[in-house]
Amino acid sequence: MDHLVHQFWSSTIDGLTVGSIYALVALGYTLVYGVLKLINFAHSEIFMIGTFAALFTLHGLNVTGPQTGLALVGVLLLCLAAAMAASSGAAVILERVAYRPLRKRGASRLAALISAIGASFFLREVFGIRYGRDLIAFPRVMAKSSLFRIGDGNVRNDKLLVVVAALVLMVVLDRFVARTRLGRGIRATAQDPETAVLMGVNIDRVVLLTFLLGGAAAGAAATMFGVFFEVTQNIIGFVLGIKAFTAAVLGGIGNLRGALLGGLTLGLIENYGASIWGSQWKDVIAFTVLVGVLLLRPTGLLGEALTRERA
Amino acid sequence: MRLPRVQLPDFVGAAGAVWQRTPTWGKWVIGLAVLVVAVLAPADSVGRIMAPASDWKSILFFPIAVYILLAVGLNIVVGQAGLLDLGYVAFFAIGGYSMALLGVDQHWSFWAILPAGIAAAAVAGVVLGAPTLRLRGDYLAIVTLGFGEIIRVTANNLTFTGGPRGIAGIPHPPSVGHVKALQYGVLDPKPYYYLTLAAIILVVFVVRRLENSRVGRAWVAIREDEDAAQLMGVPTFKFKLWAFAMGAAIGGMAGVVWASKVISITPDNFQFILSVLVLSAVVLGGSGNLPGVILGGFLVAWLPERFRGFASHRDLIFGGALVALMIFRPEGILPSRRRRAEMEEGQAGLGTLGAADVTAEASP
Repeated sequence: MDHLVHQFWSSTIDGLTVGSIYALVALGYTLVYGVLKLINFAHSEIFMIGTFAALFTLHGLNVTGPQTGLALVGVLLLCLAAAMAASSGAAVILERVAYRPLRKRGASRLAALISAIGASFFLREVFGIRYGRDLIAFPRVMAKSSLFRIGDGNVRNDKLLVVVAALVLMVVLDRFVARTRLGRGIRATAQDPETAVLMGVNIDRVVLLTFLLGGAAAGAAATMFGVFFEVTQNIIGFVLGIKAFTAAVLGGIGNLRGALLGGLTLGLIENYGASIWGSQWKDVIAFTVLVGVLLLRPTGLLGEALTRERA
Repeated sequence: MRLPRVQLPDFVGAAGAVWQRTPTWGKWVIGLAVLVVAVLAPADSVGRIMAPASDWKSILFFPIAVYILLAVGLNIVVGQAGLLDLGYVAFFAIGGYSMALLGVDQHWSFWAILPAGIAAAAVAGVVLGAPTLRLRGDYLAIVTLGFGEIIRVTANNLTFTGGPRGIAGIPHPPSVGHVKALQYGVLDPKPYYYLTLAAIILVVFVVRRLENSRVGRAWVAIREDEDAAQLMGVPTFKFKLWAFAMGAAIGGMAGVVWASKVISITPDNFQFILSVLVLSAVVLGGSGNLPGVILGGFLVAWLPERFRGFASHRDLIFGGALVALMIFRPEGILPSRRRRAEMEEGQAGLGTLGAADVTAEASP
């Protein structure tokens, strides 16, 4: 417990940083689950593809050392754009190849889940075979320096960037789903697909849009991940994906704001736990939270947006 | 656009029809013939055809026989009761670590550890199942996945399990008399193959009996429609827990048998990929149908060994095959008759759990 007290603020800052990344990835799970009632198991690979896209952009731009000023902003925006484009493109292709044929045949959700697992392995192995299975280092894009201190914790510029960027994106997405016509289509389909179709919603387009948005959020998360952790790997998405799913469930799956709350909460729990029991237990803590939430409050903190089809 | 159903020449259907017409004594003869083939399988002449590039007797024990045992166990959970378990490797690990810990530290004999390991895995199955089996199907999948990872990471972090280096010096089963096939040593994998074969036969016998019992019918009812089963008075939770515990026990048994051969185990032996491979064996062969599942286990284990060239692409091929299978032949290679009928009605899979997807029917 001493460690927790001593490292309280630094754990909090790290927890919020990692939690923002979880939250962005969790959005993809929550959106797809909301519309299709499907755990998009391959979403972790969509995230992985984003990290590679960001990395290749840096290589393409010949970035080898820290940038400053406008160059830094430009490089980050280009990485963000490339990663978001790659991830949402991959998500859309995934939907067409691995899910749509099943959807059209009315296959069970578990058949779709197995298809998703297959797609996940396939993508992971494509990158494993092409780029090796070791950790690949990112060049350092921004010099990491402490901006100010809160208690015992340093607020570093990259951590602040990750949190702020994630928050901005979440707000934009939340407004998009709440305000626009396309967003209304998503909400209508999530509530009642049959009625939505009768009201003229094009379900295929809604599903496509859902995967597109989820993929874009995962791509943004991938860029943040690259800036903060500065590594990637073909299996980088696996554990992060499960944690992001945990975050989505924790906040209430199908609920966009829940994804944010769940992500931040999970990041904090994990880092507080790590400061008590040691960082090697991080994953165990996160999975235990998942099991615990599903047992005690399966609707999550903010309540599941959709409660039909309860078994 | 509707995908065309792939019309393979229906050897399976034809074979199935022949099987249906075969009288009971004929089925026993066929079963006996399969058994004779299995007993004679470790011969060198068979190995030259089946696996020219590797040590046939070794791969016959692991992965082939062990995968078949695991697939038969997982089939109870996935195929019979329709519960998707993505953390099956956890029970294999519990069996393996039971063998290692009790054998190395407590000097128990293999025959004492075997029931202990099976019991430990079954208890773990109940402990995991009791709280989680009330969840929806796909939630259950993720929770079991998390459980599998918890077991592996915990084994990796604790000191008494040897941490990342695992446990070495695991004893072998005691040899029996002077029969060559029962001398459990370091080099000859044959005795271990026969041990696993005996375990498979025992398990298949038990599972067959269960399938045709009240328990088996309850599982099928739960798989098809849990709510309806509940309304008809089936205590669904109890039977789901049974399925989970049975599957876990068989996984634990496989773990004990496997660990008694390998001398040392590490947490890396129990990766998530193993759960997926066994699951793909069940689905590929024909979930719910014992001969199909055994065939699936055999193929998933044997194909990468036979075609060593593509061993490095194994996971890639499995991933792609799983997707293709779900799209084109979700019932597997050798589906049970009942499942095939379900598939033709177009509303089934591994238990619908929450009814067929509305969006699918509704989309224009």
